[in-house]
Amino acid sequence: MSQPVNSAEPAEPARATVNYLNHDRGVWSWLTTIDHKRIGIMYLVSVLLAFLIGGIFAMAVRIELLTPDPTIMGANTYNRMFTLHGVVMIFLFMIPAIPGVFGNFMLPLMLGAKDVAFPKLNLLSIYLYWTGAILAVSGMIMGGADTGWTFYAPYSTSTPETLFPVLLGVFILGFSSIVTGLNFIVTIHTLRAPGMGWMRLPLFVWGIYATSIIQVLATPVIGLTVMLVGIEKVAGFGLFDATRGGDPVLFQHMFWFYSHPAVYIMVLPSMAVVSEAIAAFSRKNIFGYKMIAYSSLGIAFVGFFAWGHHMFVSGQSTFENGAFAVISMFVGVFTAIKVFNWVGTLYRGSIVVSTPLIYICGFLFFIVFGGMTGIAVATVSLDVHWHDTYFVVAHFHFIMVGAVIMAFLIALHYWFPKMFGRMYHEGWGMVAAGFIVLGFNATFIPQFLLGNAGMPRRYYMYPERFQALNVASTAGASLLAIGFVIILIYLTFALVRGKRAVDNPWDSRGYEWLSASPPPKHNFAEQPIITQDAHSYQNPGEEVEHVVI
Amino acid sequence: MSSSDHAHHHAPGPGEPTLAHHFDTQDQQNQAVRLGMWLFLGTEVLLFAGLFLGYTVYRNFYHEAFHEASRHLSLFLGTTNTIVLITSSLTVALALWAVQQGKNKLAAALLVFTILCAFGFLGIKSLEYAEKFREGALPGKWYHFSEITAPGANLYYTIYFLMTGLHAFHVIVGMCVLIWVLKGVVKGRFSPKNDVAVELGALYWHLVDLVWIFLFPLLYLI
Amino acid sequence: MNDIMRKLLWLPDQASTFAPSVDHLHYFVITVTMLASVATGLLAFGFFFKYRERTPNASTPIVNPSVRFELGVIGVPLFFFLLWFVQGYRDYVWYTTPPGNTMDIYVMGKKWMWKFSYGGEGPNAIGTIHVPADRPVRLLMTSRDVIHSFYVPDFRIKQDVLPGRYTETWFEATKPGRYQILCAEYCGTWHSQMWGEIVVMPGPEFDAWLADQRRGLSDRVDTGGDDGASFHGSIVEYGKKIAMAQGCLKCHSVTGEPHIGPTWLDLYRRTETLETGEKVVADEAYLTDSMIDPRAKIVKGYKPVMPTFKGRLAAPEAAALVEFIKSLRSTSLENVPSKEAVYEPASK
Repeated sequence: MSQPVNSAEPAEPARATVNYLNHDRGVWSWLTTIDHKRIGIMYLVSVLLAFLIGGIFAMAVRIELLTPDPTIMGANTYNRMFTLHGVVMIFLFMIPAIPGVFGNFMLPLMLGAKDVAFPKLNLLSIYLYWTGAILAVSGMIMGGADTGWTFYAPYSTSTPETLFPVLLGVFILGFSSIVTGLNFIVTIHTLRAPGMGWMRLPLFVWGIYATSIIQVLATPVIGLTVMLVGIEKVAGFGLFDATRGGDPVLFQHMFWFYSHPAVYIMVLPSMAVVSEAIAAFSRKNIFGYKMIAYSSLGIAFVGFFAWGHHMFVSGQSTFENGAFAVISMFVGVFTAIKVFNWVGTLYRGSIVVSTPLIYICGFLFFIVFGGMTGIAVATVSLDVHWHDTYFVVAHFHFIMVGAVIMAFLIALHYWFPKMFGRMYHEGWGMVAAGFIVLGFNATFIPQFLLGNAGMPRRYYMYPERFQALNVASTAGASLLAIGFVIILIYLTFALVRGKRAVDNPWDSRGYEWLSASPPPKHNFAEQPIITQDAHSYQNPGEEVEHVVI
Repeated sequence: MSSSDHAHHHAPGPGEPTLAHHFDTQDQQNQAVRLGMWLFLGTEVLLFAGLFLGYTVYRNFYHEAFHEASRHLSLFLGTTNTIVLITSSLTVALALWAVQQGKNKLAAALLVFTILCAFGFLGIKSLEYAEKFREGALPGKWYHFSEITAPGANLYYTIYFLMTGLHAFHVIVGMCVLIWVLKGVVKGRFSPKNDVAVELGALYWHLVDLVWIFLFPLLYLI
Repeated sequence: MNDIMRKLLWLPDQASTFAPSVDHLHYFVITVTMLASVATGLLAFGFFFKYRERTPNASTPIVNPSVRFELGVIGVPLFFFLLWFVQGYRDYVWYTTPPGNTMDIYVMGKKWMWKFSYGGEGPNAIGTIHVPADRPVRLLMTSRDVIHSFYVPDFRIKQDVLPGRYTETWFEATKPGRYQILCAEYCGTWHSQMWGEIVVMPGPEFDAWLADQRRGLSDRVDTGGDDGASFHGSIVEYGKKIAMAQGCLKCHSVTGEPHIGPTWLDLYRRTETLETGEKVVADEAYLTDSMIDPRAKIVKGYKPVMPTFKGRLAAPEAAALVEFIKSLRSTSLENVPSKEAVYEPASK
């Protein structure tokens, strides 16, 4: 017997019931779990630790950049710092975070399934993550990798620094990503609840699906590329050594073939989260569901062909530059579609102001600004000036921090009661959100101006005229850091002493809210059967108004 | 207590498939496992793709050297290896058929033959590698093969070793997979009712063969 | 207006012919970006108030876009993006097509300095080059070790500098002054100190400076060859020395006799017929190309036996060889008229 879905009756407040968190006890039960929810929590702890490490290195970099001359460290140390920051943030946080934490936790719940398709493979993915992470971080600290996260040959193949452990770590992290993506694709294809056709999938699932396709197809290429660099360093033969007839630009093609779609691995899940949260907090259907769903696939597909826009001044032909530029323009259109549809969802909604909503507002501003500065750098003539300057740094931080991390925070707050059965303190949530949004602007807007002024990236010392903007950026970064610390404090507090939450405190119509909060080990007491479209907020027995714009 | 729990209460008999707790039907599980395998094969193709790209780019730059260098490979050994691998693909496909007919002994024999072919492939490959060591036709900084004067020959050998090396690694992995399948066939775990694992193992072996079928003409024939 | 926007956006001086058009497109793009993002943020914020929850669990309408709306939402952004692409690409083609009458300067990047060599009997220099205003200058660049990038913010030019290949960029400076060169591709410990300077001088002043340099060359040359092999003398003599050391003269004569390779006498700017039937003018780029990739464009009637000097010649050495070849003119001193460049740039 199945329970009716989309019911408007609020559930009973949760008692201290047996749920996935306390079902089995002991560290060993966690380390050998095949429960996707526990794996999601382990990912959460891991990526937050990675974010902390990456953030510390970011602050170190920003402090060093307070003065045009050496400030607190030597040149080589600085070069290692920004490499650490980049590698940790991208491979240990940005790529795995939303899929690994929320994809793992929410996907089966949203599909009405008991687990992902391959639970043991899921456990393997987090072990791969830990192995790769330990190798990469210890490799960087002990070996002193200083190539930047992009490992460009021939610098990477000829630097005396020991790179191999880092490269191996990245390779293994890639496997973790592939395994996760593969798992999700199969889950979405085969484990949907009865009645859930493709056009009834929650938009979070669409986003994760598109992300997983990219993960599976693109990641092997970076795996190969870093291994080629590794082999060239360790064994003395490779494809990128110019003195032996190799072509260093070939490295760039292979590297960016993954690393451009990789940014969509980072951004698609964040857009997926926003789609869910906007519908929930507006208590309204998604405006343009099909367009949002298809645009995710569109980004995934077209995103594979745009990589050369990272190489406009690399020596590529004029024709190639033109082709990559025009393709990049099309990717921007898909994002524009989503933004219009998100704002359209807010229109005529019934909006509850809360912490996630502040982040949503920030997200919308940041993704338009960040996305359009992306279009700006894709305009070839402009990129000649901006390439490898702080303008590009600001652009990608606007998306990576302004969009992705905002979305991560939205997810964390929206699904906090689902995962832990407790509520966080809204007041502190909003205070922290204020610090984050303001701090973020203060950090990165000066960096756009620095890029305009001509300050290149990865500069340890810089011409004096750039100092004022650098100081402004560091000040902003401190605000940002304070914001994150506040979040850490009140969320930890909420974890142990927060008010117990009802099963569905937001009255959201997402399918994951049909289970208890926190969910029991096997997710659902009974197999849900889906009879309505996703994100439906109609009350039974009421006249439904249909509006077309 | 959901109805789907009941299906898992009895332990599977010999030759019967195990249904995992989160799948409702055996069919659903099989569908999932097949899709997973095909996706994995896709990732393997993309892994090799980068090296094929490298080959294409450098062949374009150094077409003379590549042409000359491929004349120095042993066409005889290469062709033999190709025949060996294609045969092994045939035998592994027959092994799957045998399992589906319930003829596990035949299947085991065919799998053993397949694995021996794999050994044979690796053996012939080592002969070729040994020859290269003698000649000095080695990759990168180790290259000292004086017979080819066109520039870029060292890159040919770098690519040769990278591609055949990665392929050989996959041959070894494939062998391990086939040995695991063989174990299951011998123990009676795999049967007409429970043949998906054999199917997927064979599929992996076919991929290993397929990669070689592309490598062979590019390295030996043109 | 241009100046206000430029200062507001912290853009540097507009010191080349490229800069104003880059900046104008920049203003257009960034203004639309700011408007769109602020409008989106404010609209969302406004909706939070206008459509705030008035009664709990209130029902909301099902609002969906019409096809026209969706087409509009796709069409308007796409229109802007493609407009920017077209304008940007046109400018970009301009940047990558040097006119035929450029003054060529050879640039070599190495960790962590820039080295320069002038054509003619010009001086070599480290770190600072002098260029004339209002005349097009082309830079032919390579790297000694890893990838660097030659970036002059005030000119809005940037081009990666690669080992084993020549890349080129060009500019026409419009304002006399001193402008900074920055390395824009991470290259190690002192990447952030790999700076240089371009000194732009009015035309006549530049000519005087150059003549001055050449006259007193033996006293004032900053550096001769690479790796401490300092050479005092004209670049032409240096080129001759290299030709002998590298074995060029074993195959190329200087007397007019064809030998294993084409003769160098009168080679410069000679129209050669390639084995493919194509005609090519043996200018600086062709000569340089032939040293790096000799099998690419073989003159008809000669065998493809020239080895490559990739990795074996530093930029000043290649420059010197080209100058030496240029100096080999038979006694009939005709001025070869300058024509549009007909070569395929090595950077393709």
